[in-house]
Amino acid sequence: MEEFEPRIIAFLCHWCTYTGADLAGTTRQQYPPNIRIIHMMCSGAVDTIYILKALIDGADGVLIGGCHPGDCHYQTGNYKARRRVGILKEIFHQVGFTEDRIWLRWISASEGKLFADTVTQMVEELKKMGPNPMKKLWLA
Amino acid sequence: MKKIGVFICHCGINIAGTVDVKAVSRETGEMEDVVHSEDYIYMCSDPGQLLIHNAIREKGLDGVVVACCSPTMHEATFRKAVESEGLNPYVCEIANIREQCSWVHQGDKERATSKAGEIIRSVLEKLRQNEALETLTMPLTKRALVIGGGIAGITASIDLADSGYEVILVERQPSIGGRLDQLSLTFPHLDDARCILGPKKAEIANNPKIRVMPYCEVEEVKGFIGNFDVRIRRKPTYVDWDKCTACGVCLEKCPVESLSDFERGLTTRKAIYTGALSENSGKPVIDPIHCRHLVDGTCTICQEVCPEGAIRYDQGEELLEERVGAIVVATGYDLFPMEKIGEYGYGRIPDVIDGLAFERMLSPSGPTGGEIRRPSDGRIPREVVFIQCVASRDPERYMPYCSRVCCMYTAKQAKLLKQKIPNSQPYIFFMDVRTDSKGYEEFLQGAIEEEELIYLRGRVARVFQEGDKVRVWGEDTLTNRKVELDADMVVLATAVVPSEGIKDIAARLRATADKHGFLTEAHIKLYPVESPTKGIFLAGCGQGPKDITDTVAQASATASKIQSLFSQDALLQDPLVAFVDPEICSGCGICVQVCPYEAREMDEYRGISKVHEALCQGCGACIAACPNNACELRNSKAVQVFGMMETFAEGAEGSLADG
Repeated sequence: MEEFEPRIIAFLCHWCTYTGADLAGTTRQQYPPNIRIIHMMCSGAVDTIYILKALIDGADGVLIGGCHPGDCHYQTGNYKARRRVGILKEIFHQVGFTEDRIWLRWISASEGKLFADTVTQMVEELKKMGPNPMKKLWLA
Repeated sequence: MKKIGVFICHCGINIAGTVDVKAVSRETGEMEDVVHSEDYIYMCSDPGQLLIHNAIREKGLDGVVVACCSPTMHEATFRKAVESEGLNPYVCEIANIREQCSWVHQGDKERATSKAGEIIRSVLEKLRQNEALETLTMPLTKRALVIGGGIAGITASIDLADSGYEVILVERQPSIGGRLDQLSLTFPHLDDARCILGPKKAEIANNPKIRVMPYCEVEEVKGFIGNFDVRIRRKPTYVDWDKCTACGVCLEKCPVESLSDFERGLTTRKAIYTGALSENSGKPVIDPIHCRHLVDGTCTICQEVCPEGAIRYDQGEELLEERVGAIVVATGYDLFPMEKIGEYGYGRIPDVIDGLAFERMLSPSGPTGGEIRRPSDGRIPREVVFIQCVASRDPERYMPYCSRVCCMYTAKQAKLLKQKIPNSQPYIFFMDVRTDSKGYEEFLQGAIEEEELIYLRGRVARVFQEGDKVRVWGEDTLTNRKVELDADMVVLATAVVPSEGIKDIAARLRATADKHGFLTEAHIKLYPVESPTKGIFLAGCGQGPKDITDTVAQASATASKIQSLFSQDALLQDPLVAFVDPEICSGCGICVQVCPYEAREMDEYRGISKVHEALCQGCGACIAACPNNACELRNSKAVQVFGMMETFAEGAEGSLADG
């Protein structure tokens, strides 16, 4: 059987992480092609429903990328994302889902390598975790 | 959208070297509603763009996806191309298959190809739900408000007025001039501050486009870029300035004296006084705290002596409403307050003064007529100790930042001291000497060599009065020796802090200030003179400590930003902003709280929330916060994000099936 290839849906903020992902390309950093990026204006605009839907639809991991604390282009969007993801993870923990499938990372527009490393590391971690059981549960 | 064209760029070998563009093109050609799918070596080139033009014309496309580099590179290029064929630019979307696919997956061509296909499919899903949007146009009031009449406000006002725009210049002191009015000679060329300022003041006075409003404060600011409604409070001067001829008799006869702020407490002023230095045209105001008439009604001397009958003890404040399109905040600085510094005998020993007080002493128009004399006994000092970084660069107790001007003004003051009193000796205690602008280092080296200034690297431990001397104990860390000096005078280079009340002004303007009170810029490098609130610009020391050169440059930059704003017929605004579905909105008001730009407001009549499109920056904070999904971002609606996610989920199934 072929090795499990996890699928990551990423919501990246326009000003930092999306641009950082672009920089990863410009500088030819290499990372596994398991990630699908959705462009957001701000990490603070990532509705929890997006994260839940991604997981229910079968994504094995969700990456939310925003500007470093204090650097938000819209002043406080990343703090909103941090609170929202924190609460969501807590709920996941309470109901017995592993919250480790949701990654919130601060990656600036100049951290192309960090972006590539993050994706590489996330793919490795998700491979260890195995496929997301939620989809099966949902469909059952 | 029923007729979508997909254009896939090879970008030479940048994309085609990893992604099988022909296969992707074949695949996308079979997707629903795609009537045209084509690949080309350089889509952004003229022949590449011609393919798009031709396809729109021949096949009547109503939507375009270009799969190429990042949208930050060529989104504008392709939207323009689409627009020139009569389509709405917002029906063109970019699929980023270079930076986020071909370049980062060079070792896995097969999976890079399938990923590229998925990216294009997801963008197609988004595009289906795109609306044709028009750039928003807002009315624009081509008049600027400048807050603060120092050199920053003066420069911005003149620049704006010179380009034909009306300016309202508000100054809270009785006259304009600001801190520059207090200075003696300026580094590095030792120009007289008054020779810099004088002509500028004259220009202001003679420019009919500039309305100077001295002794006024900004009370309230409403509205948004292009349309600010400002309420200005004119404080009572108790003098009818229309009648006053500035003859000065009242100033002579007033019996009440108090310490002069302008002269840094080196001398007194009357209870009726003129602002800054009495220009011939300077008209006086009465200080209500000290005036005996206003305190207890026991004196009417100024009213009796005024030949014009201009004194008005019953004058009240006045509120004026003005509409402006842009605001420059040039509120300037203060020195760190004396009462907050415990050490160095500051405020207790009369011969310990701050840098600005020494400037007044050096100034020919100052209280000593330009002679350096000890405040305690008027004697000419011989040994003068200068202490730098007082309350600056002291994160534990005072201000962590560098005040930027003190190294240079201390060197200048020491040099001028030596020139005025040749047998004097300046000693300068420093931490580092920072001379980071054009001509500054040369000035410092010249001053040290020519005037034999003694620079001692180290902090001062104690300053105390002994007899008529001021004893200074410090250390020289370069020679590792204790230093004890019997000084005649000590000059403290105290920290530059934002002027009093800045936080109130910032709050009124919805501009943000950092923890020290300096106004924050929208971006330190890309938008250094813009505040995060659109239409509000920052100049001078209110934004951060800086010298005159930088202040003037920054002030001109704000004027230039406003000129480009005002050169438009109407205000143009990106239409990718939030909107509300009034059928769903429950009027909970959460969006109003989360919006960082005050772009969300309750419609009290309808009980629902609304969007000020001119203020909205399209960040999406309100959208994620809305508990009812009643608000959405134009062309990034939830259904579009869902569509993209579902494409990716299907792609995952496909790859599993393959496995």
